[in-house]
Amino acid sequence: MLPDLSDRQWLWCAAGLYAVGLLLGTISLVRGQRTSGVLIYCAIFVGYVLQFIGLGVRGRATGGCPLGNQFEIFQFTAWSAITLYLVVGVTFRSSVLGFFTSCLGAALTAVSLSIPAWDAVRRTHIFGGNPWIELHAALAIFSYGVFGLLALTSGLFLLRHFSLKSKRLGGWFSFLPSILDLDHIEMRLLTAGFGLLTLALAFGSVYWTRDLASVDHAKLAATAAVWAGAAAALLLRSFGRLLARRFAWACLALFAAALLSLAAVDESRHPVVSPPQERALR
Amino acid sequence: MSGPCLFVIGATHQNAPLEVRERLALASEGAIRDELVMVAGIRELAVLSTCNRVEFYGVGSDETAADSVQAAYCAMQGFDPAEFERIRIRLTGREAALHLFEVASGLDSQLVGENEIFGQVKEAYAAAHACGSTGAVLNRLFQKAFQAAKHVRTSTGISSGRVSVANVAVDLAASIFGSLAESKVLVLGTGEIGEGTARAFRSRGAEDLAVSGRRPERAAQVASSLGAGTVPFEERDASLARYDIVVCSTAAPSAVLSAAAIAAAMKRRPARPLLLIDLALPRDVESAAADLQNVFLYNLDDLARIAEKNRLAREAEIVRCRSILSQRADGLWGHVQQYLDLARGPAPGSPARNPGAAGQAAAP
Repeated sequence: MLPDLSDRQWLWCAAGLYAVGLLLGTISLVRGQRTSGVLIYCAIFVGYVLQFIGLGVRGRATGGCPLGNQFEIFQFTAWSAITLYLVVGVTFRSSVLGFFTSCLGAALTAVSLSIPAWDAVRRTHIFGGNPWIELHAALAIFSYGVFGLLALTSGLFLLRHFSLKSKRLGGWFSFLPSILDLDHIEMRLLTAGFGLLTLALAFGSVYWTRDLASVDHAKLAATAAVWAGAAAALLLRSFGRLLARRFAWACLALFAAALLSLAAVDESRHPVVSPPQERALR
Repeated sequence: MSGPCLFVIGATHQNAPLEVRERLALASEGAIRDELVMVAGIRELAVLSTCNRVEFYGVGSDETAADSVQAAYCAMQGFDPAEFERIRIRLTGREAALHLFEVASGLDSQLVGENEIFGQVKEAYAAAHACGSTGAVLNRLFQKAFQAAKHVRTSTGISSGRVSVANVAVDLAASIFGSLAESKVLVLGTGEIGEGTARAFRSRGAEDLAVSGRRPERAAQVASSLGAGTVPFEERDASLARYDIVVCSTAAPSAVLSAAAIAAAMKRRPARPLLLIDLALPRDVESAAADLQNVFLYNLDDLARIAEKNRLAREAEIVRCRSILSQRADGLWGHVQQYLDLARGPAPGSPARNPGAAGQAAAP
């Protein structure tokens, strides 16, 4: 039996757990010790489960994927990034990546929870009852989550690059993964994110081509720009034209562009109502 | 009233200079242990002999047992007992236990925090245990020393960071390439330092090594001893693109790798980083190479600076380690003392051999 909490209360608990991961990592780093990968992973995992419940409560209340306002989009993006971390983090056994993921999770969830205006109203019937559009939206936001994790990995790459070029290898720089491993992770994440976004746009385009008038041009342009950015980065990297530090900066810029494009995506929805009353999962 | 006593007696690098330690070195640990366990009053004995120390850990029927071991050891080595007393370490009770904890943890090593001593202590204990010269007290003492050493190494920075130039270079490579198994290493120069660094790479998993030197016969000789291939020195620039790590240690009067040659090599392998370790004086690699994308250039001073930083960081951890080990020694000593008090009964002079299952069962 689950406690009788509202969706936002579940999400606050999740943000708290992500903050615990952040705190554990920070304490270890300040003490100059290796961060405890297992502890941070556990904190993130429990936070992830709580966030999943919170989003589930919201989804049941709204009758669909909770992507109806800025708050929900940020929550879903954080959840997506953490979903991938829980898989990637084990593969690469990088406790520092866990620390940075808990940073991202805590930041996205806490910021979205702390700005009431983001959740004051939400659009209804955003998917028009069409499951393909719902899948399109969920995949697109999931790909943004992947770009979020890519941005974190790129941040780690830049730190490692800085430490190697400036010859500062001690302290917590010593806990960073190798620069080649980070480069490989970046490439795989970019490929995964690009693939997911391509699928999302493919699903969306089937609907748009049937009803071209319903397409918001600003949204389409913003999303297409993010897709084109990802495609360009991937191509240039594959042909050896965008490498190392420049590639990492490009990945960071891509995530920033993805976040900025969310404003255009959110503005494109029409009917606006108050958010669902806080309902508990029973 | 004097009773059974835990002791350590011996000589270490702290007080005994190298030429003295040479005279104290044991030809055969086993032989001397077999002799010493027969000394009157010795109940348990373990011998730890490394290049930096000869130490006898024992349990005697009273405190004079340590002196008996010293006398027997000096006689066997033909060493003047008076001179030995000037340089010796002689500790009893809790202090002896704490000393073993510190030795096993690498705190008492010449290179603070080094790991090799842990294995040496383990071997010394295993040998003593195998021949039956350990009993309840030493078994407990050594097991607790291993636990304490592992704890200290994992919970403090006493073993973190390498303190030799060769190992710093290998760590550096690992922070660029991760596993070194796939990395290709080229050693330019056939000097001792280059060869030593190549060996460090080999020991950490690098399998694809090649040696290039201005004297081909010497290069072939070094390559053979390393199990590596050779690259003609005049083809070094052309071969550069094939390698991930280049260790330079030639005695050439000017740079043997130009920034232009390195830039050309990088064009052929743009996505893969290149680590240049320049251990030569004068330097072998043009410093402008450090500005190239995906190229990381470290010279002798850079590596020495990192090694020195690591050494200082380790030394800064000593106080914390001592505090942890002291607490653990207190905990152990409480139990050992109770056991020794209870064990006051047995007749002094009984040999240490076959201390018996009863002793094991009643271990503190």
